Amino acid sequence: MIDFTFTEEQEMFRKAAREFAETKLAPQVAEMEKTGEVSDAVVKALGEAEMMAITIPEEYGGLGLGYTERLIALEEISRVSVATAMMLQVFALGIEPIVKFGSEELKHKYLPGLASGKRLATTAVTEATGGSDPTGIKSAYTKDGDTFIVNGRKCFITNSHLADTITILAKADDNPKAFCAFVIDKDMPGWKPTHKEHKVGMRGCNTGELSFEDLKIGPEQLLGEEGKGLRVTMAAIGDVGRGGMVGTALGLQAACIEESIKFANQRILYGKPISALQTIQNKIAEMKIDLEAGRLLGYRAAAIQDVGGRSSNEFAVAKYYTTEAAQKAAKMAVDIHGGYGCMEEYPVSRFWRDSAVLGPSAGTSDIMKVIIARWAMS
Amino acid sequence: MLKIVVCVKAVPDPKLACDLKIDPVTKTLLRCDVPMVLNSLDKHALEAALQIKAENGAYICVLSMGPPEAGSIVKECMALGADKGILLSDPCFGGADAYATAYTLATGVQKIGDVDAVLCGMASSDGATEWVGPEMAVMLGMPVVTRVREIIVGNDESWEVKSALENGYRRMRVRLPALLTVTRDLNAPRALSFSGIIKARKKVITQWRLDDLGVSAETVGIKGSPTIVTEMCAVDNARRVTFLEGTREEKAEQLLQKLIEGGLL
Ligand SMILES: Cc1cc2nc3c(=O)[nH]c(=O)nc-3n(C[C@H](O)[C@H](O)[C@@H](O)COP(=O)(O)OP(=O)(O)OC[C@H]3O[C@@H](n4cnc5c(N)ncnc54)[C@H](O)[C@@H]3O)c2cc1C
Ligand SMILES: Cc1cc2nc3c(=O)[nH]c(=O)nc-3n(C[C@H](O)[C@H](O)[C@H](O)COP(=O)(O)OP(=O)(O)OC[C@H]3O[C@@H](n4cnc5c(N)ncnc54)[C@H](O)[C@@H]3O)c2cc1C
Repeated sequence: MIDFTFTEEQEMFRKAAREFAETKLAPQVAEMEKTGEVSDAVVKALGEAEMMAITIPEEYGGLGLGYTERLIALEEISRVSVATAMMLQVFALGIEPIVKFGSEELKHKYLPGLASGKRLATTAVTEATGGSDPTGIKSAYTKDGDTFIVNGRKCFITNSHLADTITILAKADDNPKAFCAFVIDKDMPGWKPTHKEHKVGMRGCNTGELSFEDLKIGPEQLLGEEGKGLRVTMAAIGDVGRGGMVGTALGLQAACIEESIKFANQRILYGKPISALQTIQNKIAEMKIDLEAGRLLGYRAAAIQDVGGRSSNEFAVAKYYTTEAAQKAAKMAVDIHGGYGCMEEYPVSRFWRDSAVLGPSAGTSDIMKVIIARWAMS
Repeated sequence: MLKIVVCVKAVPDPKLACDLKIDPVTKTLLRCDVPMVLNSLDKHALEAALQIKAENGAYICVLSMGPPEAGSIVKECMALGADKGILLSDPCFGGADAYATAYTLATGVQKIGDVDAVLCGMASSDGATEWVGPEMAVMLGMPVVTRVREIIVGNDESWEVKSALENGYRRMRVRLPALLTVTRDLNAPRALSFSGIIKARKKVITQWRLDDLGVSAETVGIKGSPTIVTEMCAVDNARRVTFLEGTREEKAEQLLQKLIEGGLL
């Protein structure tokens, strides 16, 4: 029989992650919502709790855990703070290309610092001319001997103003089919974060732009082969990026259900709590069905990844399903709250705003369907 | 090196206490799927041992009596940093009162051997008799200090401790081996860490059954329990709301009167 249970150890990871989220993150959420800024306390706490180390191999200072454990941690963190889950998920998205495609030197140079939280990572692909279509990017490199010189701009980059170790994608100046993925760090002149976005949700998670002006990159900073960089970033986004959004969406769904039940049990109408109304129960049941189904999709994809399989198609299904379900759940949670759902005092209004941001991150639902159709028809 | 035994009890999650039911016939708690967690004060006892270990070096053995599921809290203690975990588990141990529990645990401590200190919580969150620690101390022939809120480790011979009183504390020196029961003021327990969980992979839980302890079935569990809980009922914790009427001064006067009547002023 297929074993659908978590191990005792995985249950303990969940417990640790939940305790962390409830004691270290929950007290910071109000301030993050108010200012929209990243909380230094949260970033420090994430590092201390070894949250950035989860999937980094032990020989580079990480915990060497799997994607299932990563999903567990993200789910628990997102249940308390979607913004923090997003930040953490993109730290991992920045780490993955180095783990999977970096040379031994790059791994030793960056991974221990990334595992401890001394370094913070992201991956920068999207540009004004290329989001769903990454081949449309305009950031370009020329070569001076062995050295690559990059010019261009990136937009919608998570952790743009926080990260000091970044995987970037650039296109050859003279060949529209050749892309390179590089890892750049804060000691290299020629790049800087510029504009900061103000998002409707995930406040406290930083999104912004990066600009590269004559950024000189040595050949040792290449990830994967020269000219084959698109594969590097797409592989990371396909597994880790989508997987991370699944964890983030599942946590948000769980939070929507919990807050809805809490409110429905407290709100008395017609002399009874509204949780006695079938219409309310129906909404809660729908949210629960979506959460259970989403968990099966997400944890199955993670399990495939843990045994070394390719899971980007499975994660495309899970990403589509869970991020759509989270948006539905947040709307239903707001609806259950009646007028109170529109008031900032109730967390469901934050869930609603957060849920809107889940869609495009790591590929829109339309793009997930493109991938899923290609998979189905292949 | 000091050998410290920390007694830990698996209790129904107090956050879900409202889901617990009482069996009207047997007067026992029906757990109704409420998950078992580590008794909160026992985390403070373990933290004290871990701090002593960090400062002076110590070997920490966690001891728990309970059903096999209690193994998960023992594992958790090992993830928090304990060196060894022993679960006393046998169908015969079921239904124990505080005395039989203390007896079984004391037998476990004797079997561990050469123990310098036994740390217990002051009370469990479910039974909360506060007797298990002191009773064990009597059975083990150890001095006991209850309600410990500070431990100053002197040497291998004796420790200085502060024991909480209603309006202060008592400071005393206790000869080892000794048994202490601790309060939540003692320390702030550390959080479960991912790397701690990974380190605990190599640590195994030893299970001791009745035969391993070499005691008779008559002395443990329900058979070895001199006390019987004859009545247990859920207390309805309803609040009363009274609206005060009148001018502000009148309302203040009424409020004052109510507080005096309620014995609060
Ligand atoms: C509602 C209720 C009422 C009860 N009333 C009585 C009663 O009146 N008389 C009676 O004798 N029993 C009573 N019992 C049974 C008794 O609580 C437990 O069965 C007994 O095993 C432990 O006593 P305690 O929980 O009161 O421990 P306490 O003395 O409150 O616990 C103190 C510390 O002892 C240690 N400890 C206690 N139990 C264990 C364990 N199983 N394993 C390891 N360490 C442990 C822990 O360090 C704990 O922090 C009652 C139980 C319940 C649920
Ligand atoms: C909060 C947030 C964080 C992000 N973080 C990062 C990051 O860290 N790094 C990074 O590189 N990027 C990041 N992104 C960018 C994200 O990957 C892109 O926004 C996403 O890929 C969509 O690209 P776009 O915004 O350019 O939309 P477009 O590609 O312009 O899409 C516009 C519309 O066209 C639809 N569409 C496009 N192509 C097709 C098609 N073939 N078939 C059907 N419909 C189509 C889309 O679904 C959408 O509805 C982030 C975005 C957000 C919102």
